[in-house]
Amino acid sequence: MSGKMSGKMSGNMNASAGSMGGNNRIFVIGCVGVLLAAIALMAGVKIDYVFNASFVVLQFVVLASAWNILGGYAGYVNFGTSAFFAMGGYSALFMIKAFNAPLLVQILVAACVAGLLGLGVGLISLRLRGIFFSIATVAVAIILETVILNTEYFGGAKGLQMMRPEPMAPFESYDKMLFFVMILMAITAVAISRYIERSWIGRGLRAIKDNEEAAECVGVPTLKLKLIATVVSGALMGAAGAPLVMYMRFIEPVSAFSLNYSVSALAMPIIGGTSSWIGPVIGALLLGSVQQIVTVTISSELNVLIVGVLLVFFVVVAPDGILGLVRKLRAKGGTSGAAGSAKGGAK
Amino acid sequence: MFSWDLLIGALVFGLLLGCFYAAVSIGLSVSFGLLDVPHIAHPSFLVMGGYATWWLGGYGWDPILAGLFLAPVFFVLGVVMYRIYYATFERHGSDTGLRGLAFFFGIAFIIEVCLILAFGVDQRLVEAVYIGKSIDFTDDLRIPMRLLVAFAAALLLTIGLTLYLGKTYMGRAIKAVAQDQIALSLMGADPVRVKQWAFGIATAVTAIAGALLIIIGPVDPQLGRIYIGRTFCVVVLAGLGSMSGTLVAGLILGVTETIVLTFFGASWAPAVAFGLLLVMLGVRPQGLFGR
Repeated sequence: MSGKMSGKMSGNMNASAGSMGGNNRIFVIGCVGVLLAAIALMAGVKIDYVFNASFVVLQFVVLASAWNILGGYAGYVNFGTSAFFAMGGYSALFMIKAFNAPLLVQILVAACVAGLLGLGVGLISLRLRGIFFSIATVAVAIILETVILNTEYFGGAKGLQMMRPEPMAPFESYDKMLFFVMILMAITAVAISRYIERSWIGRGLRAIKDNEEAAECVGVPTLKLKLIATVVSGALMGAAGAPLVMYMRFIEPVSAFSLNYSVSALAMPIIGGTSSWIGPVIGALLLGSVQQIVTVTISSELNVLIVGVLLVFFVVVAPDGILGLVRKLRAKGGTSGAAGSAKGGAK
Repeated sequence: MFSWDLLIGALVFGLLLGCFYAAVSIGLSVSFGLLDVPHIAHPSFLVMGGYATWWLGGYGWDPILAGLFLAPVFFVLGVVMYRIYYATFERHGSDTGLRGLAFFFGIAFIIEVCLILAFGVDQRLVEAVYIGKSIDFTDDLRIPMRLLVAFAAALLLTIGLTLYLGKTYMGRAIKAVAQDQIALSLMGADPVRVKQWAFGIATAVTAIAGALLIIIGPVDPQLGRIYIGRTFCVVVLAGLGSMSGTLVAGLILGVTETIVLTFFGASWAPAVAFGLLLVMLGVRPQGLFGR
């Protein structure tokens, strides 16, 4: 499935790259195409594993796109993706336990809670930059994990087991429903990240990345922009974490706050290319699919290793990610570099 | 329930542990504090040192001896790391922020996963004559020998490195490169070679600290994550690059941690260092003895 997805998405990329300056119609058509393909897949395929694996890959599309809003556009490196993700999961758990709320409500509440956490982290970024900001995000993750570990209501260190309710009407199985919810979320996240990149927010964030003092001096509202970025990025990560409880049927702090989420959310945009919304999508689809294949065929520890090795490799050898490589190839090929100019136009 | 005996016990343990925290952080104090390298992988090197000590312990080596033996090996490792870092990031200057951080984060992650792949997730212990015994002062106050040995070694290490940086020619060159790199190159010294030497020293010290880490308690691959908090807390608390400050900051962290442990329970321990770090970053980012 994920192979099919990446085919779809890369077709989508070519389309949008070919259109100079941002043809929204092609993007919308691409999104609808992906959605239709997903519906066709749900109608045609019976094996639940396909949907389970795709769910994980799509989850990484959301996390990577969300990370890139703050990390790629504004240059604030978040090492604490797992904190937002897990807070989303635990907010959903709370909504299930306290109100028996449906999935949609769980996701909305998770997004709000993680968005608030994002606001807090955004306020930290008032004083801290570079490595200090990054260390602070690690600190937030570890402190929240410790708090959850010590909270009996959420099952403490042992975790909690949850029963899945019956899937809603049009869906045959809960796995398919979760898959569909996640693909909607992925499309939303990508659309938001694309909108931010191309609007005044993205321009402001890039100004912050290049030189925050200079940006402040010429009247860029840096505080407001940083807060928008941290809140939106956090809320998307939290939303991605919300279905975790129902997906795993179980939640426990160590795996919910796993460092793997933080590393992957950072590695995927860097491997794909941080300058544009499509970079995280490419990185997540590629790396997520490889991880799923390696987990099944070799081992789950090895798939984690691959992420780390690829991250270091790309940072050292190809700092602009796959997008940068593609751009270089096009420039060399002499074909006036449509992707390059589209990107230049966005900048 | 409050009792004075408990508090005194916590204070004694905290001071002993604090000295150990200073020793595990002093390498970072050089690499991050003095050289401005965003060395998030420092705690992973620490854990790697612990594992190497355990591995040598399998052949009957004493942990401290193993640590001293590992120091030159880690020195070379540190020099190589710095060369890569310099060639990829520092030489070009611009945009090192995101990439440098991602680089070291990736290295830390690779070390952790490799340790898991090689040795599994189980905790590892070493054996030595002084491990497992304790000196009993009163019924409530028993100080394990392992803590005392680690304390003494940590104190020697921290004071030794402080003297090295303050008194020797090379040490002063390292401090000079931290203050003004251009001035140093005008004096005819090559700042890159000085920095590379300093990074090697920092990593070598981390190997010995790793040996102390496994003397203090069992080591597992994921321990590095907790030590991100402890080491960066000590370095930030001390004020970047302050060596004597590192010792004081280590003691503050050690005492705070043991007091929280004694009165609230061990499960809160990981949050202490990170909490202290956050407060410090928010209130006084330049640290206690900051420049």
